[in-house]
Amino acid sequence: MGLFENFFRGSSNKSAALAKERLQIIVAHERGSGRRGSPDYLPALKKELLEVVRKYVPVDPSQIKVHLDREGGYEVLELNITLPDEEPRSRRSSESSQKPGQS
Amino acid sequence: MATVIVVTSGKGGVGKTTTSASFAAGLAQRGYRTVVIDFDVGLRNLDLIMGCERRVVYDFVNIINGEANLNQALIRDKRVENLHILPASQTRDKEALTREGVERVLNELRQNFEYIVCDSPAGIERGALMALYFADEALVVTNPEVSSVRDSDRILGILASRSRRAEQGENPVKEHLVLARYAPERADRGDMLSVEDVLEILGIPLLGVIPESPAVLQSSNAGVPVILEEDSDAGAAYSDLVDRFLGKNLPHRFITAQKKGFLKRLFGGG
Ligand SMILES: Nc1ncnc2c1ncn2[C@@H]1O[C@H](COP(=O)(O)OP(=O)(O)OP(=O)(O)O)[C@@H](O)[C@H]1O
Ligand SMILES: [Mg+2]
Repeated sequence: MGLFENFFRGSSNKSAALAKERLQIIVAHERGSGRRGSPDYLPALKKELLEVVRKYVPVDPSQIKVHLDREGGYEVLELNITLPDEEPRSRRSSESSQKPGQS
Repeated sequence: MATVIVVTSGKGGVGKTTTSASFAAGLAQRGYRTVVIDFDVGLRNLDLIMGCERRVVYDFVNIINGEANLNQALIRDKRVENLHILPASQTRDKEALTREGVERVLNELRQNFEYIVCDSPAGIERGALMALYFADEALVVTNPEVSSVRDSDRILGILASRSRRAEQGENPVKEHLVLARYAPERADRGDMLSVEDVLEILGIPLLGVIPESPAVLQSSNAGVPVILEEDSDAGAAYSDLVDRFLGKNLPHRFITAQKKGFLKRLFGGG
């Protein structure tokens, strides 16, 4: 849309701009939990992982974080389990499997 | 090798069936053996839009249940050669669409057709999931309006995660945007999302823009896919869309307002 048209039309008709802005926000938010961010199977995966880990270590459900990232052609599944030490620390899953906490 | 194309949207009433009918008719007109399947079990409509409602004997669910064979159920279009319609059942519900059943029917259709067009029901429930599951390509029909755009984005997420291609880790479903019921004057005035706005949000390639047009209602009254109304704006837009799908590089029409405003005339913009 040209500058002149904008000028003559005034700013009364901006509803499409508002619609676009609202959509960009909601769509970005929803993609975080669906498209391109994390696929639909993540919640189930997280639940099952938690069940397995809890067979060995009494972790709190809130202490497991599963995150999927897409970088270029790669997909990186990141798994963070905080083990219930004296001082809880956050570690990568590979470390935690080497050194399980008390059980 | 047959190509399966789903016409989908999430939101209801945006023009899926209108698009399915014209897209399938256009492919057939251009010489491709084409079948269009109504996945809207319980709310069959494609037969009306295609003008073959009085010739329906058996339907998709009959085939899935083995109550009839495909030759008995397929309706040959009387106007366009190479075009067949597989109607939905009007009496069953969408639970009748089993994945195995749908797969069996599609595999049989693949033997005889080059393009299999699946007219999806609205929503993201079983019927819609079944319609998109086996797709190789998807026409995502969107209206320039907030809820339609949001639902299209949702459907794109489902195509990327819950289609057979996604589940098997194959190449993803090829996505195409069909922006339907577009009113260029309103977009120019700033009270309707523009083509660019929608493209920017959804981020998938634009296959065609179909203008809001009285020809669509008129042709549906007559039971003729609007693409066969060659002189109508919507018909011409669908025609271009089919050519683009088949690889032609055509400019988009019907995206700028017909009558130029005073300033556009003055400054030659447009
Ligand atoms: N380009 C257009 N211009 C004007 N009216 C249109 C256009 N496209 C569709 N319509 C009208 O919108 C209505 C819905 O169209 P259609 O049945 O194709 O949508 P649908 O997405 O298949 O709906 P449903 O979700 O219920 O299956 C119909 O009345 C149709 O005539
Ligand atoms: Mg429909």
